[in-house]
Amino acid sequence: MSIRLEARPQPSRTMIWLSPLLAIGLTCCVAMVIFAVAGLNPLSALATFIFTPVTDLYGLGELLIKAAPLVLIAIGLSIGFRAGVWNVGGEGQLIVGVIFGGWLALNYGPDGGPWVLPAMVVGGAIGGALWAAIPALLRTQFNANEILTSLMLNYVAQLWLGYLIFGPWRDPAGFNFPQSEPLAPAALFPTLIEGTRANASILLALVAVGLGWALMSRSFVGFQLKITGLSHGAARYAGFSPNRAVWIGLVAGGLAAGIAGVGEIAGPLGQIFPTASPGYGYAAIIVAFLGRLNPIGILFSGLLMSLLYLSGDVAQMSLGLPSSITGLFQGTLLFFLLTADVLIHYRLRSSTVATGAIAGSAK
Amino acid sequence: MPPTGPDSSRLQLRLELRGITKVYPAVVANSGIDLRVAPGEIHAVVGENGAGKSTLMKVIYGMVRPDAGEMLWNGREVHIGSPADAQRLGIGMVFQHFALFDTLTVAENIALALPEKLSLETISGRIVALAQRYCLPLDPARRIYSMSVGERQRVEIIRALLQNPGLLIMDEPTSVLTPQAVDTLFGTLRSLAADGCSILYISHKLDEIRALCSSATILRGGKVTGTCDPRGESAASMARMMIGADIQPIRAVRSAATGAERLVVRNLTLAAADPFGTDLDTVSFSVAGGEILGIAGVSGNGQQELLAALSGETPLADAQGVLVDGKPTGRLDPRQRRAIGLCSVPEDRLGRGAVPSLALADNALLTDNRQSSVRAGFIRFDVVKAFTERCIAEFGVRGGGPDTPAGSLSGGNLQKFIVGREILQNPGVLVIAQPTWGVDVGAAVTIREALLDLRARGCAILVISEELDELTEIADRIAVIAGGRLSPAMSRATFDRDAIGLAMSGEWTAATQTQGADHVHSA
Repeated sequence: MSIRLEARPQPSRTMIWLSPLLAIGLTCCVAMVIFAVAGLNPLSALATFIFTPVTDLYGLGELLIKAAPLVLIAIGLSIGFRAGVWNVGGEGQLIVGVIFGGWLALNYGPDGGPWVLPAMVVGGAIGGALWAAIPALLRTQFNANEILTSLMLNYVAQLWLGYLIFGPWRDPAGFNFPQSEPLAPAALFPTLIEGTRANASILLALVAVGLGWALMSRSFVGFQLKITGLSHGAARYAGFSPNRAVWIGLVAGGLAAGIAGVGEIAGPLGQIFPTASPGYGYAAIIVAFLGRLNPIGILFSGLLMSLLYLSGDVAQMSLGLPSSITGLFQGTLLFFLLTADVLIHYRLRSSTVATGAIAGSAK
Repeated sequence: MPPTGPDSSRLQLRLELRGITKVYPAVVANSGIDLRVAPGEIHAVVGENGAGKSTLMKVIYGMVRPDAGEMLWNGREVHIGSPADAQRLGIGMVFQHFALFDTLTVAENIALALPEKLSLETISGRIVALAQRYCLPLDPARRIYSMSVGERQRVEIIRALLQNPGLLIMDEPTSVLTPQAVDTLFGTLRSLAADGCSILYISHKLDEIRALCSSATILRGGKVTGTCDPRGESAASMARMMIGADIQPIRAVRSAATGAERLVVRNLTLAAADPFGTDLDTVSFSVAGGEILGIAGVSGNGQQELLAALSGETPLADAQGVLVDGKPTGRLDPRQRRAIGLCSVPEDRLGRGAVPSLALADNALLTDNRQSSVRAGFIRFDVVKAFTERCIAEFGVRGGGPDTPAGSLSGGNLQKFIVGREILQNPGVLVIAQPTWGVDVGAAVTIREALLDLRARGCAILVISEELDELTEIADRIAVIAGGRLSPAMSRATFDRDAIGLAMSGEWTAATQTQGADHVHSA
């Protein structure tokens, strides 16, 4: 008897939502193996890893403040992913959002005014969208693969920010550390919950969830994007422009990532560092897929990924493991998700067919 | 020494199937099928699409393993595990869709398929010998891309014959051929049979089967519903066995031509985007309201390019290139053209006309922009659902409701849905390609009647089809497309199969002036 995969007549609706849970469960198993190899009690280490970060109000605030950019970027990326536009440049678009928003904050923040923060959000959105427009232009004009161009632009954006922070934007009173001046109070998001760092940028993420849902589930533009992603032939036949889908998909991701960048410098960071993002632009790709490209699903998967970031710190502080374990678990999670997704279209069958004579016995 | 062989008193059977059963997750494709083929017999396997013909052939050719049943080859039980096994036994197959490398020569393509390594010269010699023996003219040094579909089929046949098969399976071989090429093919098959090679001939065209085959096995819903000698049956009696009921003849509808030209195309010249596509060359025609213009032709002669130019998938540089009710639409995209009343149905249902994984309601919304189903950029789901339900009810779409994925419907029901969706847009001009391709007889009748009803309401309809029978049934005029050029249209009164067949090979000036069809055979 052997186990084989058999195509399902229709994709399983249950597995679409069960698959992420399965992936989370399997990732926990891998985590326990790693803890055991490191000489820890697997169960208690896992419990520490998962629950310690969120045992107090401050921890919950941290969870929200890290989930906000992940959710925001993932919503933007999911619009493109639904249309078959593979924007993996969220990180670079976030950084350009930081540069645009940061320029406004450094130049106009000290003079104050209630318009500074909204201008930073708009500026960051424009910056991210412009950065995403480059791969869109290259794709629609020259058919250049947007995966490669958007990915490579991440490094360009990173170096651009590095140049600014090591050069013109370096804080003269910063003891030569690579960092900007602290942003003025007018350029910072107000704190939402006393005693935590949770600020109003969380509300932006929630608004994005609502807008993303309305766009993808209710609007005709969202329908056109979905058709383009599912079937180029059907989209062409119906008259939905593939180039328009590329533009919408990339620019939506750029807008969201740019705003997320502003949320970082105007929120928890409070000033600009060369490493403005701990890889949110990449992690958001996992968040988007873990959430099934569905805004509500993304909300939950964003919280989960945020927890993984916090747990990484816990792993370093109380378990004696390197914090890069976060990246390891993120990768494991995506790996298991993609594996479990096979079961959406296939099911396991044990085959009991005898392996008898096969070749022609009569010659 | 056949231990389980049949009584070999008269003659031993070349192939015998007993109780072949194959079950797929969603469907029983074959259920207890028996089949007996004698040496040198041309045996038809007849049935509608979905009757299980293809699965049965794949079982015989070793591509699918049956769940139950046994197979006897020359009286001995065999298990065929792969097409290579089948070829070793002496079973050859010519598929409906050819598997040839366009940029290689005939001899190179055939060398790739042969199990033993031979020099190209040896192979070329054998090709020429076989070609002469069976009247299949073929130049071994020619490259595939320069050949017509009929010639490519010859390559496939010769490739199968080089292995000296005792049984040759032909899967819907005439669907891509002109009437004259069909005659040539039948001559070849008869001389093959006379040399002792058995032929399994799969088709749903009853006239051809009656002309060619000496016995037939009829399948319906995965089961054998009868065996007969087609020469002694009428097309109607075989159709009854095939579909289980009498075919309802299409009601005759009087022509409703109003005279006003609703679709006008003048001197449409268009370079194909695909390097192996066909350039359109000064195509001109017009369709009046209440008229059906049929475009016949062998596939790959510019039909796809013409459809794309009309539907708007390939916008033209010249706005005057396509006129709908006098309005220039050449530069409009498909959605804009639909808005002014030009609707189209593509030939491939899945992946173009419909998205298989999406619900019928979503597929209705795909082209529905004349029903105010979108307001202020947002979808009105209640309107879409009502429209979908109306389409399902009015066109007798069975197998699902608005939430059913399109891919789970049978071909016939999905085609009814797609055609219905376009007709309910109330188009002024409808362009439709292969309206009944791969559709069961009942659905085909429904679709043709729907087209005639639409014509009666004053719509101008352009039907692009490879099925000449279909065009002669519903079209008021027929033009032929060949090599990207369009022949003058013939009116219903002057339909002439020979002339149309000649025009399919690009010879319409000769066809309309001389009645002889002799020089086709010298091709």
